Amino acid sequence: MRIKEKVYKWVFTVLAFASLFFLVGIVIVLFKEGTPIFKEVGFFKFIFGRKWYPTHDPADFGILPLILGSLWVTVGASLVCIPLGVGSALYLHEIAGFKQRQFLKPVIELLASIPSVVYGFFGLVVVTPFLQKAFNLPTGMTALNASLILGFMATPTVCSIAEDALSYVPRSFREASFAVGADRWQTLTQVVIPAAGSGISTGIILGMSRAIGETMTVLMVAGGAAVIPGSFLEPVRPMTSAIAAEMGEAPMGGSHYHALFAIALILFIITFVFNIIAEIVSRGFRVKLGLSG
Amino acid sequence: MKRLGMLALTGILGLGLAIPCYAEKIVLAGSTTVLPIAQKTAEVFMDENPSADISVRGGGSSVGIAALIDGTCDIADASRPIKDTEIQKAAANGRDPVAHIIAMDGIAVVVNKSNSISKLSKKQARDIFTGKIYDWSQLGGNPGKIVVVSRDTSSGTFEAFGELVMKGEKVMPGALMQASNQAVAQIIAQTPQAIGYVGLGFMSGDLKPVEIDGVIPSKETVLSGEYPVTRPLFMYSNGKPQGITKEYLDFVKSKKGQELVETQGYVGLK
Repeated sequence: MRIKEKVYKWVFTVLAFASLFFLVGIVIVLFKEGTPIFKEVGFFKFIFGRKWYPTHDPADFGILPLILGSLWVTVGASLVCIPLGVGSALYLHEIAGFKQRQFLKPVIELLASIPSVVYGFFGLVVVTPFLQKAFNLPTGMTALNASLILGFMATPTVCSIAEDALSYVPRSFREASFAVGADRWQTLTQVVIPAAGSGISTGIILGMSRAIGETMTVLMVAGGAAVIPGSFLEPVRPMTSAIAAEMGEAPMGGSHYHALFAIALILFIITFVFNIIAEIVSRGFRVKLGLSG
Repeated sequence: MKRLGMLALTGILGLGLAIPCYAEKIVLAGSTTVLPIAQKTAEVFMDENPSADISVRGGGSSVGIAALIDGTCDIADASRPIKDTEIQKAAANGRDPVAHIIAMDGIAVVVNKSNSISKLSKKQARDIFTGKIYDWSQLGGNPGKIVVVSRDTSSGTFEAFGELVMKGEKVMPGALMQASNQAVAQIIAQTPQAIGYVGLGFMSGDLKPVEIDGVIPSKETVLSGEYPVTRPLFMYSNGKPQGITKEYLDFVKSKKGQELVETQGYVGLK
């Protein structure tokens, strides 16, 4: 019995540390393969360069258009997923009856399980021609298209976490509010939402990091032009799609190869920061409600 | 009884593992342009030689060549010739890539079916892709902004197009860079003002080919050399091919193999 217990303990210890092992491995590879390009073209020239011609001779490795492309679609996606996600969480929690909630919540969560290539395909064959006609554009493959699709993709994340946060607000808060004569709207806006606020923010940040890291969809619908976008109605080339599209053909060990790893490194740092913010915010939330010490 | 069952199970598992070992196994990897040819020829070759086991992967020309250099594949498919840096790397690894031209491919410049333009000179095509010509009315077509669609800068098709048409000039930064021939075809088909280029194997009724310097892209004009935007497709072996690798490459280059190349929409060598 003793031995069995020890074996179990070790097996689970190894499993628990496996993800740490992979994380460290990935970080090491990203740094090792990405940093040579900084030596070659200079860190600031790489980040703030406006031209991306990685295979031209001489090559230009400026990823500002790619970074801005990613930021534009992420901001655009937030404008879609925050109202949709938080709004539907509020509806589910405050207005929907038991039966409606039993039905709606799984449906919204089902949105999260649709593969991104399916979203991308939908964007390509339905949204693209629609935008083309609606705005009379030369092409519908734009930052707006990518933002809409990514926004819908991130909605379930935001909604699900926001709804959980709302349901963690202790009943006593609500009852206390009603007891001092506040109506439903006042209770919602001045008691429940502030109490769940950090949980809702966590959901929003995780939704945004899903949007910035999404690859297949933006590869299919964002257009892929490496220009600094002037408006949402222009095509963009987010960082993820540049990596996905070019890695297969970049000669191993060349400057282009290192440049793609460097893009991945910067993307990793951005999502890492997002996750740290989400963690800090959600910790604040748990502490505030006395859920953890 | 239980033990007997286990024994039988081990036996079955053992057999299952053992069978593939008798087959002669080769691995192909590389260019997505060459992929349809590799798949089709490998299928037919395995039908005719049941002992052969060929597995075919895509990944891109550079991926294939890198795999050949690392020794993780036997044949690398490529839609471009091997580069000097890659030859050096191979030499350092003790590998010796040998080129086999297995087909020809034309790169067709295509527009949407509704476009009235049907002819361009090579120079006009270049000016469109660099952004010097930006409106269809400049070419006598219906007014509208030209939507330039290109392959990603690192694809073999892009490289060939760059060499044959762009002559070292840069494709305009606003071009829609797409990851596959299919993606380009899809955009051209649904965007009235678009222009792009695809390998001949990806031509379809949804696209309108444009005459370049007065020549329409087709198997005949590619083979006769009249059409100016053509390129060879390669398979690279390590050293002089031997055994099953040699048999397979010979098969691809044979009359029957070249017929299969044609069925996939590419141009055979004869």
